[in-house]
Amino acid sequence: MSMAGTPLDLQILNTLAAVLLLLSFSMLAQRRIVTLVNLLATQGAVLFLATLLLAWRTGEGHLYLSAGLTLALKVIALPWLLHRLIRRLGVYWDTEPLLNTPSTMLIGLLVVIFAFGLAQPISALASTATRSTIGIAIAVILLSFLTMITRRKAMSQVVGFLSMENGLFFGAMSTTYGMPMVVELGVALDVLVAMLVLGVFFFQIREQFDSLDLHHLESLREDE
Amino acid sequence: MEFLLLLGAPMLGAVLLTVLGAHRRAPDLNVGCSLLTFLAACALTARVISQGDLLVAREQFFIDPFNVFLVTLTAFVGLTTSLFSRPYMMIEAQHGRLSPGRLRLYHSMYQLFMFTMLLALTTNNLGLLWVAMEAATLSTVLLVTLYRTPASLEAGWKYFILCGVGIALALFGTMLVYFAAERVLGGEGVTALLWTHLDRVKGELEPTVMSLAFVFLLVGYGTKVGLAPLHNWLPDAHAEGPTPISAVLSGLLLNVAIYAVVRCKVLVEGSLQSPLPSQMLMGFGLTSVVLAAFFLWRQRDIKRLFAYSSIEHMGIITFAFGMGGPVANFAALLHMTVHSLTKSAIFFAVGHATQKSGSQLIENIRGLITLSPTVGWGLMLGSLAILGLPPFGVFASEFLILTTAMREQPWATPILLLALGVAFAAIFGKVQPMVFGETTARRLPHPPALLPVFVHLAIVLMLGLYVPPYLADWYREAALLIGGQ
Repeated sequence: MSMAGTPLDLQILNTLAAVLLLLSFSMLAQRRIVTLVNLLATQGAVLFLATLLLAWRTGEGHLYLSAGLTLALKVIALPWLLHRLIRRLGVYWDTEPLLNTPSTMLIGLLVVIFAFGLAQPISALASTATRSTIGIAIAVILLSFLTMITRRKAMSQVVGFLSMENGLFFGAMSTTYGMPMVVELGVALDVLVAMLVLGVFFFQIREQFDSLDLHHLESLREDE
Repeated sequence: MEFLLLLGAPMLGAVLLTVLGAHRRAPDLNVGCSLLTFLAACALTARVISQGDLLVAREQFFIDPFNVFLVTLTAFVGLTTSLFSRPYMMIEAQHGRLSPGRLRLYHSMYQLFMFTMLLALTTNNLGLLWVAMEAATLSTVLLVTLYRTPASLEAGWKYFILCGVGIALALFGTMLVYFAAERVLGGEGVTALLWTHLDRVKGELEPTVMSLAFVFLLVGYGTKVGLAPLHNWLPDAHAEGPTPISAVLSGLLLNVAIYAVVRCKVLVEGSLQSPLPSQMLMGFGLTSVVLAAFFLWRQRDIKRLFAYSSIEHMGIITFAFGMGGPVANFAALLHMTVHSLTKSAIFFAVGHATQKSGSQLIENIRGLITLSPTVGWGLMLGSLAILGLPPFGVFASEFLILTTAMREQPWATPILLLALGVAFAAIFGKVQPMVFGETTARRLPHPPALLPVFVHLAIVLMLGLYVPPYLADWYREAALLIGGQ
């Protein structure tokens, strides 16, 4: 795709998508949990800008609403909740990941190539202006998944989980300009409730083990 | 009206029980709400039988023979479980395992869980179906960790993360369906996720997108069904939570998840005109049956044992839906019913058995029949029923599935038979010494509620001997609706 013939707003959108992908990669490498949460908030902010731009471009009213929802939930509420949890629980660093950072990054690169392959048939059929970013959305989803797999601390896994949700949201936006409003509201509610449940849950884990390291949670085995 | 009550009763119940807290009457209120839900479900069934399919609230909800039967089943087991949980939770509280605050959490979440399942079953919107499924997970996570033991926290975490990730994949699948539908149903947007509309145009949906969507949907909802190899959360969540929750997780939630898979399969199959979705269901189903049967041997915890048995039966049901066709679908629906009733009955009996022995370990539960014949016989009969011994209903449905498999997928029959045999030996060998022999049991401070056990088993027995014509018609209609082949 040549950039020369693309209108400015689309160029900006594509740039935002690229930033989203970069953020996912930096999450993959980041071990400081506070920074991880900040990266997540930045991801939310980029998502907010992209949605807003798309809303302006397409003139679809419900996209303004979901942009507002993104701002409230992903840029403000969730990072605030997570920061509070981090302070109260005193977890600042993740331990050495299960895989070292360079190999994780290499796997991440392969994942991105795979994601673009997967997106090919969908992009070919999509009629949205943003169809070229579908591959990036899938890549963000898969990279977040990778983040979850390679981390030991419950907190980093949750950040991975939320980043995955961001990827899904971005995917819905690039393929179909978002889902129907009822569904988006429902999903947002679920995410919020999930965070609250997790907050309670973390305190239970801490009370029980004095740590949020997940290796304590490995006593139940398949074969027992 | 009935419909409003169906969803309103559990929702209101959840709010009331949160406000009331650990009131002395809270368990009764829990039963009352469940009873109201059940009555509403019966009224709704009567209406669907007399007037046909029902669309409510701007087509956001719809009732057809397929889901109305599951709604009734869900409401019924919800009612009997609330009856069982009344003395059970009182005994738990008296044994010092639960504080009043946790009982409040338990009761309100129980009703909320019923609400989310009924919402998932009745909604016409595939997006709302997803939202309700996720909400069902969230409402039960804190129930699994109710006892706050290290093992229960681990189980809760596994449940949350595995089902959360799984269901995120299902959301992506839903998005792809929406994408395919929007191209056909146009820019109306709002109707493009409504199942009834999708069903009408399923032949025109883009096959490549739909097959990709199905992979995501199957893996996503399949995680909640507990299909191997995505089943890891299931035994832990069943074993560590309170027993009434194990009963509803196993008897109801898994059914609802299968329901979601089948709804999606109908659409995808209509679009693809190829056996791919069927083959995927059969593959996942068989893997689960075989894997679960062999894992049964290694279980030392009674609740984990029956959790693996649930995986096995979910595998059988998935396999049957995969074969498709009126007979296999009929058998699968029947199996869903009898499994749900039998398994919850077993968990009721197991719950009281563990309370009497003070342990969930199989080796510590001995000679139940000497001290309390009802618990002992309940467990024995339930196990025989779930193992597919005639004349119980499980035999009838498994027989139908096996004969259909012999005709249509002969290669799968020996695998199924082998797995069923292995499961039989494993479960029977472990249950027999628990029921007979020297006793280790003690008396309980409250008389256990064993009526639900025998009511369930009686219904299962009846379904094995004789399926009433109206019920058979109903299953047949639902089986045709799901179609296949």
